[in-house]
Formats: sequence, C-alpha cells, structure tokens
Amino acid sequence: MDWQGQKVVEQLMQILLVISGVVAVVVGYATESFRTMMLIYAGGVVLATLVTVPNWPFYNRHPLEWLDPSEAEKHPKPQVVAKKRFSKK
Amino acid sequence: MHSFGYRGNALLTFAVTILAFMCAIASFSDNFSNQTPSAQIQILNINWFQKQPHGNDEVSLTLNITADLQSLFTWNTKQVFAFVAAEYKTSKNSLNQVSLWDAIIPEKEHAKFWIQISNKYRFIDQGYNLRGKDFNLTLHWHVMPKTGKMFADKIVMSGYRLPDAYR
Repeated sequence: MDWQGQKVVEQLMQILLVISGVVAVVVGYATESFRTMMLIYAGGVVLATLVTVPNWPFYNRHPLEWLDPSEAEKHPKPQVVAKKRFSKK
Repeated sequence: MHSFGYRGNALLTFAVTILAFMCAIASFSDNFSNQTPSAQIQILNINWFQKQPHGNDEVSLTLNITADLQSLFTWNTKQVFAFVAAEYKTSKNSLNQVSLWDAIIPEKEHAKFWIQISNKYRFIDQGYNLRGKDFNLTLHWHVMPKTGKMFADKIVMSGYRLPDAYR
C-alpha cells in the first residue's frame, strides 16, 4: 500500500467505525433493543475490516517512484574510509 | 498502516474503544427512564410464633405479595432482583433487617406479579424481642444492567404488627 493509500485507509477506518457506532446506538435506543445495537455495530466492524484491512488495488494508485537501476549506477554510493581508532590508555 | 497486522490491530483497538463509549452511553441513558413501580404486601396468616431452644424468637408468616415492577425495565436491563425484608427496631439494634423472600425477574413480562407464599427465609430475631413488635415490610429491588451502573431502590410499607404472645 502506498503512502496515500495508507492515509486514506486510516481515515476510512475511523469514519466507518464511528458512524456504525453512532447508528448502532441511535437505532438500538429507538427500538429499545440492546441486541440490535450490538448486531448493527458488529456488522459495521466487519464492513470496516473488509474495506480497510486487505490490500485493495485502489489503495495503490500513487505508487512510490523508485530510482531506475541504470540511473543508480551513475551515482555510486560513497565509500566509507576506514579510520584508525585510538584506544584509551 | 503498512501491513495487514498493523491495520488489523489499529482497527480492533479503535473498535473496542468505540464499543466502550457505546456501553457508557447505553448506561447513561438509563437515567432518563421514568420509573413508577408499585407494590403491596399483605400478611395473610401468622403460621406460628415460637421461642427457639437457643432463646431467639422465630415467626413464620404467609405473605401475599403484589407488585408491578415493569417500569423498571429499560433496554439496558438484564434482570431485576427483588426482595422483601422485615425491618424493626430493638433495644439491642437500632435497625434489624430480615430478608423474608427474594426473586430474580429476568423479563419485563414477569415483573407484574401476585404471589402468595410463606416466608422463603426464616424470620429469626437476635433475641426474644418480637412479641407485640411493630415492623415495616420493605420491598427492595436492584435493577441489574447489561452494561454500566446498577440502580437500587425500595418501597417501605409500614403498619404491621406481630402478636403479643407466642402461638
């Protein structure tokens, strides 16, 4: 998942869970049924899981652009010069 | 959010937090319910009234209990625990409470009832003070929620009196 996708996924997860929580409480209170509230919320959690946890393709619309290998060869990595370490007396 | 495990963990934690909020709201909504319970207790008969070998008074009663506790049930109620206690004063204790009967009411439909029984638990005094004693019969109830705070209240019915002599 690319960065943009990760940001979208986080927001989507929070919104879906909050909305299903609010709807669950309102409908449960209106129908005087605790069970209804729990069922609606459980459904909301399952929906949020299906939407946000798997790596769907639409979360990868802004892929990272890695450096091309031929370009990388033109700019070699700097060599680390081995320094002499003075030991403590 | 870079892996399944990360996203799954974040989702689960947030979902449980929201569940906690929902349960708190459900419990808070109990404060808005309009509760109008009613009850009446009649003593039909004093079955016997003796002084036990240990020196304590004991009395056996037949009670007729009528109650309507339906308004105590809300959407967040698991069950209502009701009990009847005899309350009286002696020189030894400023308040004696003896539980005579109790019941667990699991549903609203069962909360309006009429029952005639002898006392479920023995009415024994700490001493021999019960002759001619005036006492109250109090119906206590505890409304046990599915989540959150438990409410308890009572109705005090006074004007009952035990006989002056053993029988």
